[in-house]
Amino acid sequence: MSKKLVVIGAGMASGRMLEHLFDADPAAYDVTLFNAEPRGNYNRLMLSPVLSGEKTYAEIVTHDDDWYAQNDVTCRFGERVVHIDRDRKVVVGEHGELPYDKLVLGMGSTPFMIPLPGHDLDGVIPYRDLEDTERMMGLGAKAGSKAVVIGGGLLGLEAAAGMAAQGVDVTVVHIMGHLMERQLDPAAGYLLRKALVDKGITVMCNANSKEILGEDGKVRALLLDDGTELPCDLLVMAVGIRPATALGEAAGLATGRGIHVDDQMITSDADILALGECVEHKGEVFGLVAPLYDQAKVLAQTLLDQEATFVNKEVSTKLKVTGCDLFSAGDFAEGDDREDIVFRDPARGVYKRLILKENRIIGAVMYGDTADGAWFYGMIKDGTDVSDMRDTLIFGPAYQGGTALDPMAAVAALPDDAEICGCNGVSKGDIVAAIHAGATSLAEIKATTKASASCGSCAGLVEQVLGVTMGDEFVIPQDESICGCCDLSHEDVRRLIKSQELKSQEAVWQELGWKTRNGCATCRPAINYYLLADWPVEYQDDPQSRFVNERKHANIQKDGTFSVVPRMWGGITTPDELRAIADAADKYNVPTVKVTGGQRIDLLGVKGEDLPAIWYDLNQAGMVSGHAYSKGLRTVKTCVGSDHCRFGTQDSTGLGIKLEKLLWGSWTPHKLKLGVSGCPRNCAEATCKDIGVICIDSGYEIHVAGAAGMEIKGTEVLCRVTTEEEAIEIITAMSQIYRENAKYLDRIFKWVDKVGLDWVKEQVVENLDERRALVERFNLSQSIYRKDPWAEHAKPEKAETYRPLADLTLEAAE
Amino acid sequence: MSWIDIGAIDRIPDRGARVVRTPRGDIAVFRTGTAEVFATDDRLGDSYGPLSDGIVSDRSVNCPITNVIFDLETGQSSEGSLQTHGCRIENGRVLLDDSKLTAAA
Repeated sequence: MSKKLVVIGAGMASGRMLEHLFDADPAAYDVTLFNAEPRGNYNRLMLSPVLSGEKTYAEIVTHDDDWYAQNDVTCRFGERVVHIDRDRKVVVGEHGELPYDKLVLGMGSTPFMIPLPGHDLDGVIPYRDLEDTERMMGLGAKAGSKAVVIGGGLLGLEAAAGMAAQGVDVTVVHIMGHLMERQLDPAAGYLLRKALVDKGITVMCNANSKEILGEDGKVRALLLDDGTELPCDLLVMAVGIRPATALGEAAGLATGRGIHVDDQMITSDADILALGECVEHKGEVFGLVAPLYDQAKVLAQTLLDQEATFVNKEVSTKLKVTGCDLFSAGDFAEGDDREDIVFRDPARGVYKRLILKENRIIGAVMYGDTADGAWFYGMIKDGTDVSDMRDTLIFGPAYQGGTALDPMAAVAALPDDAEICGCNGVSKGDIVAAIHAGATSLAEIKATTKASASCGSCAGLVEQVLGVTMGDEFVIPQDESICGCCDLSHEDVRRLIKSQELKSQEAVWQELGWKTRNGCATCRPAINYYLLADWPVEYQDDPQSRFVNERKHANIQKDGTFSVVPRMWGGITTPDELRAIADAADKYNVPTVKVTGGQRIDLLGVKGEDLPAIWYDLNQAGMVSGHAYSKGLRTVKTCVGSDHCRFGTQDSTGLGIKLEKLLWGSWTPHKLKLGVSGCPRNCAEATCKDIGVICIDSGYEIHVAGAAGMEIKGTEVLCRVTTEEEAIEIITAMSQIYRENAKYLDRIFKWVDKVGLDWVKEQVVENLDERRALVERFNLSQSIYRKDPWAEHAKPEKAETYRPLADLTLEAAE
Repeated sequence: MSWIDIGAIDRIPDRGARVVRTPRGDIAVFRTGTAEVFATDDRLGDSYGPLSDGIVSDRSVNCPITNVIFDLETGQSSEGSLQTHGCRIENGRVLLDDSKLTAAA
C-alpha cells in the first residue's frame, strides 16, 4: 500500500511539486489536498490580466477537476485545516481528521493590512485571490467609480492598472519617493510613473496614509497626513505579504519570519516538509515564483528519497502591465566597489542600467526596452566576466560593435507640437514645415517663422531641428554644452525644461539624454536652479545639488570657517540690532567684524558647527539671513533720500526697504544686487548694479545691466516711471524675466548682452500683460521661497547636520 | 585594526557627507547616490577642503574652495592624494576602520 501524503494549500508551488511527484512515480503516494479557497490550483500571477479583462478565470486554471481525478488526488477544497497533531501524525480539518505519513505545508502568505483607523470597513480589501479580483472587476461595471490603491509595489500597480483598464478612476498612494523602490532605481521609477499617468492613473509618492474614512460602515475616502482626502468606492491595500505560519507555529515547528526549512525543504519535524511563500530558508522568505518552482522540484525529490538541494538564485522581476516594459534583476542598490553603465534613449523612453562589481554584472534595471533582460540575467546568474565587452555591453547581445550615441536624440524625440521658440510661439512642426518649404539656415527659419527672432535663446534648438530634419546637409555650429554629461547648451536645456514640462532631476536626466546617472558638480547646481525657477510649486529644492554656501547658508572662507551676514533692510539698522550683533560676535569668538560694500555687517571666521546657534541668537533679535552667500537677492543699497538729505527727490530708503522685503529669498541665476539713489548724485552707486533706481523730480529712472566686478560697466536705462508702485512692478518683472531666461551664472549684464535690451524692454515695460504675468509668477515663487533659511536650519533636526557625525578623539585617548 | 560604529547611514545626506572628529583630524564620510560609503581625510594640506562641504557626484567630490575633483575610492586628484580610510555599511550602520586614525606623527 502506498504511503499517505497530505498537502495543505493548493497553490502554485505545491501544484508544481505534485506534477514532479506524479511524473516520477505516480504510485508512490496516496495524496489528499486541502485548500481553504473553494477551488484548485490556478495561476495567481495571471490575476492581473484577468482583472484588466485580457484573460478569463478559466484560462488561468492550472489544474482542473480532470487533472485531480486522473492523478487520484482526493480534494478537500473550501475546507480549512484547524490543527496538526504531530504526535498522532494527524491533520485535523473542519470536516474531520486525516492521518499522514508525510505532510507538505504550502499555505502561502497572507496580505499585510496596515492597521489604519478604518481598515476593517467594508470596501477595504487586499489583492490576493480571485474574490479580490472579482471585487475590483465589479467596480468597473459602475460608471464613475473611484478606487485608491495603497502601495506602489508590483502588486499594487498591477491592481491599479487593471482597474484603470476597466474604466475606474484610480489613485495610487505610495509612501516612498518613487514607485517599486525595491526593484527599480529612481530613473526607472520616473519612467514607470510617467507611463501610468499616461494611462490616466493618479500617482502620489511620498504620501502618508493617516485614516480610512467611512460612511454607514463602508469606505468613503482615504485621508492623508497632509489633509488631502481621496474619495473612493474601493480601497485596495497592497503593501506586502507575510508568510502564513500560524498552522506550523501552533504545531510547534521552528518558525522565524517563515516556517524554517533546510536545503531539502524539511522542517524541524522530519515528516513535515514545506515550500512556497510560507517558508524561510537561510533567513530568506520568498515572493516571486522562480525560486518556488525550484523548491517544488527539490521537495518532490526529497519525498521520493532522492538527493536534491535547494539553492536560492538571483531572481528577476517583470511587471505585468500592458505598455509598461520593465525589468529588474539582482542587486542595484547598496554596497561597495560597484560601477554603473547607463544608457538612455529619450526618443524611445528607454533607460538601462547595469551594475558591475569586479567586472561582473550583479544587477540590471531596464525600462522601455527589456528585450536583453534575459541575456543580462543569465550573465548575473553565471557571474560572467564582461571585461572584454564592457564598451558595448549595454547595447545587448545583438550589438557587440556599438555606435556613438546620437547627440540629437533629445530633439529628434520632441513631438511636432513641442514649443521651440517661447517668445513667438513657434513649434517644432512649424520649423519642420518651413524646412520642407525650402528654408535651409537659421536666418531663413528666423525670417519665415520668427523662431529665435526675439530673445534668441532657442537658436541652438532651431539648429538642432534643422540638423535632424535635413541630415548631413546641415552642419550644426558647435554650441557649448553644459558639461560632459550632456550635449545640450544651457539655453537649450532651459527651453526644453519649460516646453517638455520637465519637473524633476530624473525627468531632465532621462528626457534630455544625460550620459551620467546623476549629473555632476557642474550641471547639477544649474539644473536644480532651472527646475526650481520654472516649477516653484512642483519641484523641491535639492540642497545636495548646491554649492556649500547655499547648502549651509553662510559663506565658506579659505580656512573652512564661515562668514555670517544678517540682513539689514535697505542698510538701515537699530541700536538693538547692533547690540545683538556685538553680543553674538563676543559669544562665538568672531575674529573679524567688517562693514561690507552692500551696507551690512559681516561676522567672519565663524566655525561651521556654531552656525545654527549664532543664527538662533540673531533670529531672537529679529534678524534674518542676509543671503550674502547666495545666487539670489543680496542687498538693496540705499542713500538717506528725501527724509534727511537736502538734495533727495524721493524716499529712496523707503523704496529700497520695500524692494528688499519683496525680493528677498528669491533664487536667481547669479547674484542680484540693487541700489536706490535719491538723486542723480547717486550716493548709493545705483548705476553699476544689476538693477538700479535713480530718483528724479518727476519720479524714478530704472536702470539695469551694470557691473562692478571683474568687468566694469555702467547701467543702461530701462525706463522712467512716475509712481513708486510702477517702479516696484517693473523691477519685480525684471527680476522674474531674468530668473526665467538667463543661463545659470550669468549676471544680468551678461544675459542682456545676449538677448538685447530691446527685447527685455518690450517684455517688462511695453507689454503690460506680459509684465503682470511675470509679476504673478514671481509672487507664486516667493510664496514658497520668501522665508528665512536660518530659522529653518537653527531647528534641532537640521542643526544636528552641522555637527560632527561622531567624535572619536575621546575614545582613542583611553 | 577595528571597525568603529559612527552612526546610522540615514544621518548622512544622500549624495552628501558628514565629518567625524578623530585624533588624526577631521575625517569626511561620504554617501553616494547609490548608497555606497567612503571615508577620506577632510583636508589635503592647507589649500584643499573641507571636502565634507563639497558636491558629491558618482564616486567623486569637488573641493568647495578650489573645485578640484577627488576620487572617493582612491583619494586621488590632479593636485595630490588624500588619505582614504576603510568604511562600510552593516545593517544600516556606518563602520569606519580606525587603523589610520591615530594622531599624525
